[in-house]
Amino acid sequence: MGKTLFAKVWDSHAVRTLSNGQTQFLIDTHLVHEVTSPQAFGMLRDLGLKVAYPNRTFATVDHIVPTDSQVAPFADPLAEEMIQALNKNAQEFGITYFSLATGKQGIVHVVGPEQGITQPGTTIACGDSHTATHGAFGAIAFGIGTTQVRDVLATQTMALNPMKVRRINVNGKLRPGVYAKDVTLHIIRLLGANGGIGHAYEYGGNVFDEMTMEERMTVCNMAIEGGARCGYINPDDTTFAYLKGRPYSPTGEAWDKAVAQWRTFASDADCVYDDVVNIKAEDIPPTVTWGVSPDQAIAVTENVPSPDDAKNDVQRASINEALAYMKLPAGKPIKGTKVDVAFIGSCTNGRLSDFREVAKFIKGKKVNPSVKAIAVPGSQIVDVLARQEGLDKVFTEAGFEWRGAGCSMCLAMNPDKLIGDQLCASSSNRNFKGRQGSPTGRTVLMSPVMVAAAAINGSIADAREVFSI
Amino acid sequence: MALAKITSVSGRAVHVPGADIDTDRIIPARFMKCVTFDGLGEFAFYDVRKNEDGSDKQHPLNEPRFKGASILLADSNFGCGSSREHAPQALYRFGFRAVIAQSFAEIFFGNCTTLGIPCVIASEADIKALSDAVNADPTLEVTVDVANDQVRYGDKSFKASSATTAKEALITGHWDPIGELLEAKDDVASKMKALGWAA
Repeated sequence: MGKTLFAKVWDSHAVRTLSNGQTQFLIDTHLVHEVTSPQAFGMLRDLGLKVAYPNRTFATVDHIVPTDSQVAPFADPLAEEMIQALNKNAQEFGITYFSLATGKQGIVHVVGPEQGITQPGTTIACGDSHTATHGAFGAIAFGIGTTQVRDVLATQTMALNPMKVRRINVNGKLRPGVYAKDVTLHIIRLLGANGGIGHAYEYGGNVFDEMTMEERMTVCNMAIEGGARCGYINPDDTTFAYLKGRPYSPTGEAWDKAVAQWRTFASDADCVYDDVVNIKAEDIPPTVTWGVSPDQAIAVTENVPSPDDAKNDVQRASINEALAYMKLPAGKPIKGTKVDVAFIGSCTNGRLSDFREVAKFIKGKKVNPSVKAIAVPGSQIVDVLARQEGLDKVFTEAGFEWRGAGCSMCLAMNPDKLIGDQLCASSSNRNFKGRQGSPTGRTVLMSPVMVAAAAINGSIADAREVFSI
Repeated sequence: MALAKITSVSGRAVHVPGADIDTDRIIPARFMKCVTFDGLGEFAFYDVRKNEDGSDKQHPLNEPRFKGASILLADSNFGCGSSREHAPQALYRFGFRAVIAQSFAEIFFGNCTTLGIPCVIASEADIKALSDAVNADPTLEVTVDVANDQVRYGDKSFKASSATTAKEALITGHWDPIGELLEAKDDVASKMKALGWAA
């Protein structure tokens, strides 16, 4: 019987069984950012420990970095303190650090792939749940807590339980105006925000086969929103073509050897999954969230649910709670809901192809004067490449602000925040209460092109109509 | 590393109802601008407990009758979203020593275990019954018996179990794995070599 990619990677990275029955699991690559690491470095100092494999640890700053002015010192003294802590920790422990000064800084899940650090068949951990993104390369990549960051720093391993593997097949042809973001939101809508607990999601079928690496990253990024700690796509020629020539990719003979080895990690044709879900590509609509959990999603053409549709009391309570928070009328179309802010960016949708795709449609159009619209490249490199193509001009001429790289308004640990109960059309990954910085702020998740449509229309709109797609 | 053996937790309980309570709700991101976890307790559930002017909202954790509760009752997919350990750190510093829920998000569950906070899974009906009981009598003593997969209160009890590995780690005092992980230094070095990572 064949093995899944997950099983192959698990078997090759299991060091031993710990006394409680967990596996001591080796982490090939550890990514570090400023928010979840300072306490871990503090613990190392308290215990008198060093970083075991500093050459396998890579740091950058993303969460707290302002995207308007990135000149040091930052206006926020707490942000400045955190960035100084990372500067110091990277230096003291000998870790590669993509700081603002390197021109390689960015959201950690944009930087890893961009640098060729993210490689097939490897294990990647980071104190950030969206580490799942790296699964796009056929890596087993997942978020960890700060004490586990300490464990990985000190030992290059952590205690872990194996996961079940659910294969999610999407086959067919996506309809025009339907993007990778819609695919991943649709999957979460179908399987629930808790559907993936205990599972790794393996995404397969011709829709994923035909996706670019950046699209695959968008899909895997949101595995965690479906409760799956990691999601992955088997590595193929698309993966290898993306990695070729990147700074940390192997070169020459080592490249050929690596590719040959990477191929072997893909799940075997005769492997057995714990669960299989089949989805028809044609059934996936442009999708938007209406509530406060990513599984509270509908097609943009649908009505917001009503408590009367609930199957039970728990569901009724959760619909009522979400509607009250979102200030949306039950049973009415989501289309036409007034938008105050439009955000294109984040580790879900802040890559070059996202800005290229939106630019195709907003050229010659203007953001509605009632909307504050910001475009935030996921990394300094994305920023430079976008500028080389003149994308920044397309965005600014349409009325977007073009910002510096960072997490920005995805989680608002920086100056980019909603004010009061502003509603944001957002290309990010979480619509939790207060997620975008205001305790009453409202988030509607959607694809970047749908965000652009909302920005231009001043309200939630079907991008297919606004842009004649 | 000698750690306390956590076989059971007893105390008063409080129910924070709602499915999919995420870690942003448990600790809003703006309170994570810190380089230590020390001051996080007062910010647990801040935005659902407090108005923007700092005054109290209606919330179980604001009710005087639940003050001092050390067992948190929750519903399904508790702790979903962000991997921030700040969430369990804030709950611990708020005073919670155990959580009972229908299900837990995985990263949150692992983070709690590593801090020695048992997370046990019980049925919706049992949680509802316990919730009703503590709402009727907030002074009710509740015991989360980790070792025996049971929750007890008054003359009642129900099954509440954790992942086998988490239970084992808690009851044997191995919930912080660092000591054990460090022991395998040589095995890790050979594995790193085998995987092609030069030391």
